[in-house]
Amino acid sequence: MDAITAILVSGINSAIGPTAAIYALAALGLNVHYGYTGLLNFGQVGFMLLGAYGMAITVSIYEQPLWVGVLAGFAASIALALALGAPTLRLRADYLAISTIAAAEILRFVFRSAPATPFTGGPFGIPSQVGGSGFTGTWNALNPFPPGRYNLGFLSFTHTRLWTTLVGWALVLLVVALVWALMRSPWGRVLKSIREDEDAARALGKNVFAYKMQALILGGMLGGLSGMLLALGQAAIAPDQFLPQVTFFAYTILIMGGAATVWGPVVGAALFWFLLSSVERGLIITDMMPSGTIGPTRLAFVGLLLVLLMAFRPQGLLGNKQEMMLDA
Amino acid sequence: MREPSPGAAALADVEPVPGVAKPDPILIVDHVRRTFGGLVAVDVEHLELPRGAITSLIGPNGAGKTTFFNLMTGFDVADEGAGTFDGHELRKIPAHKVSNYGMVRTFQLTKALTRLTVMENMKLGAREQRGERLLLAPWAPLWQEQEQEIEARAEELLVRFKMDHMRDEMAGTLSGGQRKLLEMARALMVEPIMVMLDEPMAGVNPALTQSLLEHVKDLPHMGMSVLFVEHDMDVVMDISDWVVVMAEGRIIAEGPPEVVARNEEVIDAYIGKGHGDESRFTPVPLGAAAVADTAVREEAPPESDEGAGELASGGPDDGSGGAASDAQEGPS
Repeated sequence: MDAITAILVSGINSAIGPTAAIYALAALGLNVHYGYTGLLNFGQVGFMLLGAYGMAITVSIYEQPLWVGVLAGFAASIALALALGAPTLRLRADYLAISTIAAAEILRFVFRSAPATPFTGGPFGIPSQVGGSGFTGTWNALNPFPPGRYNLGFLSFTHTRLWTTLVGWALVLLVVALVWALMRSPWGRVLKSIREDEDAARALGKNVFAYKMQALILGGMLGGLSGMLLALGQAAIAPDQFLPQVTFFAYTILIMGGAATVWGPVVGAALFWFLLSSVERGLIITDMMPSGTIGPTRLAFVGLLLVLLMAFRPQGLLGNKQEMMLDA
Repeated sequence: MREPSPGAAALADVEPVPGVAKPDPILIVDHVRRTFGGLVAVDVEHLELPRGAITSLIGPNGAGKTTFFNLMTGFDVADEGAGTFDGHELRKIPAHKVSNYGMVRTFQLTKALTRLTVMENMKLGAREQRGERLLLAPWAPLWQEQEQEIEARAEELLVRFKMDHMRDEMAGTLSGGQRKLLEMARALMVEPIMVMLDEPMAGVNPALTQSLLEHVKDLPHMGMSVLFVEHDMDVVMDISDWVVVMAEGRIIAEGPPEVVARNEEVIDAYIGKGHGDESRFTPVPLGAAAVADTAVREEAPPESDEGAGELASGGPDDGSGGAASDAQEGPS
């Protein structure tokens, strides 16, 4: 019984933790891209990287206040959306998919390269020996919780983790409200019509390119926000955190929760991290395998669950099956 | 016998020769050429389409009708030349702007937005919606009033098209014919002054065809001009005020339906005379389908029956009906 409790506690701890909130934000952005507009962005992690580094470099290297850093993070995400969208959004959907995944990887390699080291800290990231003093000064000063440990029932938080968690989920709620308001509006209706058939939208007088660009920018900014929260929560960033798999985790979350649903990415993120952590804890407790193989095994297990979900509930947890089957 | 379109009277004195000038044309096409590699898909010297009337665009498969549609509506760009629509220059104007000028098209392969409801499909058509601007969209009070007006207008159109009972169904659950109706109703939500219908009757059962035809016939009386592509000659004879015939990318004839039906060149184009290879053109059911579909025939004016009969007699006698009905379902 103790083992099961430990597994559940570990799972819940992750499901409500800051990482789940960070992934929920990234997946909410992907939902605007893929779920509502039909844009295949396979480089969401690139937007996260630019958000995180845009903020961190501005604050730690150029010693600007945090709010300037946040603006810089958003500006960097918008710039990436414009750079990716301008040449590809007039073309078929697959061009965007290819460019985004390539751009995200190029960014990671550029940020870890030697010439970039004075700004990015190279492979070691920020803060580092060559980088500035760090970027969490204001963030920590804003934390209303005095240092210490906080116990909520069977869960336990440090004061920094509690702060990141609260801000993270508050941002998630705000973004959910924004996405809900946008998608019930005529603007959201145009996005959905583009997803269904962009020529039909064009024939009805909608400037499809402009709407796609707006969607790409909005979803990219949510990716940037997610990256900033990631950086602040762990007080450090390194380029190799921004591997392509982060995008694929976000897609897994979106599809598990239900694409084109308002709450899908949030439910998906909590479930995804619950599964990852509880499976990991279960494998540790039962001592079935050497510790080095636990990481890959838990991912394989989540992969298996995803396959089963796709077989039995392809619309995701919150999706509408009837709608899903209408793919014409 | 239907009430003639408001624009039909002005066409009475127009000489039926290709490129002829018309009083108050709504669409003027000049030297439009579009090639795909070595193939000249469209090569139109001059064409004027009448205002307030129904013009049919006919021609054998591969004549360039759909390409012509695409060029006029901004879905394709001509190698050279363009047109003028209601005073607007059309050269290199993107599709959404053409639509906003008031020229709205439908598609040969119907584009119902499957995962939107019928009502959402309709409301999408309305122009200049405040709520379609990103910065206004999150604040519902800024656009709700307009949204209600749009919804009322959509409701009215749905009633007219007898689709109001399906307003909350996903468009993907509609039948092929219902989708055609929805697409036409949605185009009217734009409040166009010209409607371009690309084979609106293709694949629609006879009962719905009648209903669709009635709606098309109404359009000129509501102040719209119509250009439509159709393969069924009975339909063309029935509802057109003017007929334009394309073959191999060029306009080979135009005129009132009964005149065009007697035109030697048109008959040649359809049966491929003078090319020595009949398989180049797929014959279209000229008079043949008239026997099969009496419902349409009853509506048709007597002159057009005569015209259709003459066309049919010009065609090959050997089983053209069978080949023709196959061709009817194929894309042009």
